[in-house]
Amino acid sequence: MNPYTNQGSQDTRSGFGAGLAELGKTNPNVVALCADLIGSLKMDDFIEAHPERFFQIGIAEANMMGIAAGLTIGGKIPFTGTFANFSTGRVYDQIRQSIAYSGKNVKICASHAGLTLGEDGATHQILEDIGLMKMLPGMTVINPCDFNQTKAATIAIADHIGPVYLRFGRPKVPNFTSSDAPFEIGKGLILKKGKDVTIVATGHLVWEALEAAAALAEQSIDAEVINIHTIKPLDNDIILKSVAKTGCIVTAEEHNFLGGLGESVARVLSENAPTPQEFVATNDTFGESGTPSQLMAKYGLDQTAIQLKVHKVLERKI
Amino acid sequence: MEKSFEDYPSNQLGWVIFVQSINKMADLQFLTDTVQQVRRDILRMVHKVNSGHPGGSLGCAEFFVTLFNEVMERKDGFSMDGKEEDLFFLSNGHISPVFYATLARAGYFEVSELNTFRLLDSRLQGHPTTHEGLPGVRVASGSLGQGLSVAVGAALAKKLNNDPKLIYVLMGDGELQEGQNWEAMMFAAAKKVDNLIATVDLNGKQIDGTTEEVLSLGDVKQKFEAFGWTTFTLKEGNHIPALLTQLQEAKAACGKGKPVAILMQTEMGNGVDFMMHTHAWHGKAPNDEQLEAALAQNPETLGDY
Repeated sequence: MNPYTNQGSQDTRSGFGAGLAELGKTNPNVVALCADLIGSLKMDDFIEAHPERFFQIGIAEANMMGIAAGLTIGGKIPFTGTFANFSTGRVYDQIRQSIAYSGKNVKICASHAGLTLGEDGATHQILEDIGLMKMLPGMTVINPCDFNQTKAATIAIADHIGPVYLRFGRPKVPNFTSSDAPFEIGKGLILKKGKDVTIVATGHLVWEALEAAAALAEQSIDAEVINIHTIKPLDNDIILKSVAKTGCIVTAEEHNFLGGLGESVARVLSENAPTPQEFVATNDTFGESGTPSQLMAKYGLDQTAIQLKVHKVLERKI
Repeated sequence: MEKSFEDYPSNQLGWVIFVQSINKMADLQFLTDTVQQVRRDILRMVHKVNSGHPGGSLGCAEFFVTLFNEVMERKDGFSMDGKEEDLFFLSNGHISPVFYATLARAGYFEVSELNTFRLLDSRLQGHPTTHEGLPGVRVASGSLGQGLSVAVGAALAKKLNNDPKLIYVLMGDGELQEGQNWEAMMFAAAKKVDNLIATVDLNGKQIDGTTEEVLSLGDVKQKFEAFGWTTFTLKEGNHIPALLTQLQEAKAACGKGKPVAILMQTEMGNGVDFMMHTHAWHGKAPNDEQLEAALAQNPETLGDY
């Protein structure tokens, strides 16, 4: 049985909006920028309370990244908001030069990441953003799992000095973590202990991993479930300790298997403790239109897919 | 060769305002000497490592020296936040030699460090960066078209901080081919970012040829004005008194609800006869003989590094 209870499904982007509103009250240096997607990013509460600290940039994401970099000069902590696609691929060079290489304290907050954006289709469903961002020196990459954790992560990154990529999603998903759980950047969380297989998941796939583990338990497979909300810097220790016990691992993410969490985990394992690994991720493909649940099923990103990969990796276990 | 102060007619508006604004021949001599020394610095820097961009650097020497020494209200030392002082951003980062030489001659770091330009482990990277902690640099530039946006952001931060000081940014003309500039121009006018002076170095040349040949910019003044900027044209961008007058006029135009632009016509390679009137020296270093000839046209004034 899943040890966690859904407290009521909410979208992670609303967690971002709630966190930003909280920061508005507590941190006068926090400013927000948006490229014509205020409603989608749930920034309304912040804007209503602090109109002077909000900048509507218009549909000009490159300019938004540059302005954010400039705002840090003078001590501001800019939070940019737009879809993940327009937060990364569209503005890669602006982030690379004006933010990352320049060491600017900008928080790039990206909604509608991955396939669960749904019906808008592949033009908007970026599955490469984790890779793009984790390759930038000095960039922190965070992909929280539910409303509560996204809110906590939003608040936590304001205190972290340096550029951060915060990735979240559009649909309502189970909200199951504690509303008062502290968020520590770079610290993975063991959600369920187990001895047969390690499942490392990030973002929307964490709940799916818990559901998969519950189903596997009924098949007498004892899975350990780890929530890796921070992909960079990666919590190597929690992964290595877990595989030392289980001897095999499945990584799960709403992202291409190239460049994602799975590759980061594979590197840590190959350097320290080569371990059989299976990937729950998209297979070098673009997405398409559909409902979030249809897409997650078709592209093999749901609890069923996780169970299949667990069975596969168990067969490879020495 | 550098013209002397007397070469300029006394009835010229720029001359009159110049005299009123600083009214000290010693200051003009200092600026003239510094420009000449900065030219030497630029030439020696790029010659030593046989790389870098002397043409645009030489073309902007008068602008940099005048801006940093007579126009900007700067604090001693360097802090990244730059509160309560004017800030400068270089968008066309490839003219780093003139930026570095000006910063060093203005006291941001020892002039001897110019010796390390483009060398391994140097703070003077090929294109400017904050990454190595060089005082005076507040953002990396080199990939073109990004500086104006950053300057707009810094201007907004000044407004939030109730800081009355100004933001200056220099852009190249070829760089205006990057679309991000026009996003930033639209934003700055729409949001009344009026504590910002953007100067465009209109030298009419880029790597592959003249801007006219590569991709005509059309009427840049009309474009800036159509975007809602207070726009000045400075025809004598290599003339210190004219620069000073223009920069003071631009300063006076700030705080009136519009961003301010100076379209500054310069001569690429200015001060070295064989580097002028061509785009050949955009990104090419002089050889030994060429260096000698160029330095002979610009005798030492403040002491070589």
